[in-house]
Amino acid sequence: MIPETLYKELSEHCSHYPSRQVGLIYVLQKLQEYYGGWLPDEAVTEAANIVGIPEPEVEGVTTFYNWFFREPVGKTIIACCDSISCYLCGAENLISHLEKRLGIRPGETTPDGRYTLLPVVCLGNCDRAPSVMIGETLYERVTVESLDKILDQLDAESNKEATR
Amino acid sequence: MTERVLLKNFDPRNPVPVSYEAYVKAGGYEGAKNALSKSPLEVQQIVKDSGLRGRGGAGFPTGLKWSFVPMDHPGPKYLVCNCDEMEPGTFKDRALIYGDPHQLIEGMLIAAYAMQMTRGFIFIRYEYKKGAEILDRAIQEAEKHGWLGKNIQGTGFDFYLETHLSAGRYICGEETALLNSLEGKRANPRSKPPFPQVRGFLGQPTIVNNVETFCNIPHILARGPEWYKKLGLNGNAGTKLMGASGRVKTPGLWELPMGTPLSVLLKDYAGGPAREFPIKAVMPGGLSTPMLTPDQFDTPMDFDSVAKAGSRLGTACVIVFDEGDCMVSAMANIIKFYARESCGFCTPCREGMQWIYDTLCAIRDGRGEPADLQVLDDVGRHLAHTFCAFAPGAQGPLVSGLAKFRHEFEEHISRGQCTAAVK
Repeated sequence: MIPETLYKELSEHCSHYPSRQVGLIYVLQKLQEYYGGWLPDEAVTEAANIVGIPEPEVEGVTTFYNWFFREPVGKTIIACCDSISCYLCGAENLISHLEKRLGIRPGETTPDGRYTLLPVVCLGNCDRAPSVMIGETLYERVTVESLDKILDQLDAESNKEATR
Repeated sequence: MTERVLLKNFDPRNPVPVSYEAYVKAGGYEGAKNALSKSPLEVQQIVKDSGLRGRGGAGFPTGLKWSFVPMDHPGPKYLVCNCDEMEPGTFKDRALIYGDPHQLIEGMLIAAYAMQMTRGFIFIRYEYKKGAEILDRAIQEAEKHGWLGKNIQGTGFDFYLETHLSAGRYICGEETALLNSLEGKRANPRSKPPFPQVRGFLGQPTIVNNVETFCNIPHILARGPEWYKKLGLNGNAGTKLMGASGRVKTPGLWELPMGTPLSVLLKDYAGGPAREFPIKAVMPGGLSTPMLTPDQFDTPMDFDSVAKAGSRLGTACVIVFDEGDCMVSAMANIIKFYARESCGFCTPCREGMQWIYDTLCAIRDGRGEPADLQVLDDVGRHLAHTFCAFAPGAQGPLVSGLAKFRHEFEEHISRGQCTAAVK
């Protein structure tokens, strides 16, 4: 259950449009943030209530878009571009390296819940290919070495948090 | 040296958003001032006279598109900016919003005034979240200085602008799918007609233009349609952002006269081939544009010339392949994108794309059979019979690639391996 303040805030956001459903994408984004990066069943019910449309309509939207998740995802999402320019510049190597390093296949989450590996379409950074988006940070001209360095650092940060 | 118009305030290699003050100092909002002193129809006429054509890829004359909006419509009308830049190989709109957000805002304000629209949205892809934040800040600045909101510059005209951060899907870039998405629905395209200009967002007249299209507007209004028309080569109007990625020495983004030859872009700007291999194919404007081969590299980069060469200018961000690239493998990558991003509405697209992908993988991996090429030709043909331009977008590279590099496909099938690939 989301707190009443968030419910009210999202409901007000929808009132700002001539049709409340215009606010649905925003509502789902905020609910996903609240529920730790994914949308459990109750979030779908809550979005339907807030917007005032049937649940199946909300479900149709959540399952359509690439950045809505209906199952738990890792704390950090590693979005690896595999479209043409990055493909030409070695994206496949990066993805297979990540598969080995993390021990998961694209679309899966590490057992410790730290990382989800996702292939994504073009990140719009093709002149600096290959590109990888980790969390909300875009990394460009990525190599296996630079990728390892970034992940080593992220691992170290999480370990520090875990022991705190 | 080409005059920089859209990129005059920032370096696309390192876009840092230009502040409101710096934008104004460089002549910003002069176009809006001029527009607000004229009648809406006069502004529409100026844009028509400029010869500006839509920069999202289709190249439809912008002023003409605007003129389809019924000015006597009794209800609200909406203005939408398409910043769903997800066409693989394309990275021009990112630079424009990260580098000069006020240029886009001013362009949208002028368009809104010309069609008397009081509400606008900037539809921006999820991965450009930082860009949305830059725009949100710039919108606040513009509001503070009386360029957005109520009674703009004391003229009595109101225009409210906001960003809409998408949840991500390639098809959102198709304008009717974008409108469904903006309404909080699945982004399935709508049938046309009615066109959005008449029945768009929430059933009201709506104009959807690309980021780069809007960014041209302030300059046209500030410096006049005659000046703008002369910026291009061979009778083409304006400049065009052109990019290069893939197998070139210095990939990047440049602002060049519309009509600059592809060979000049490849050699003088992108630095020629990146490796010891000569360039063998170019997709001139994103993944959906049919391939051009070296005998066509003198083609001027403008809508009509590239169409005459059998392709499309698209986004004018070229993707470059060299003799070391396996075109079967590249084609599998290209079709994988379409198979993944198909919205699933039409059977030839939903089922056909996966079928083509599987067949291409089989050929790539040495499991191909002679009959497979016929399958690709047949299934490829059905891609034209779909609801929107998505499947035909895949058909372009597939059909052109099969025609121009058929020997590579045949060799893969007969030998079970690739002789082109070096990587």
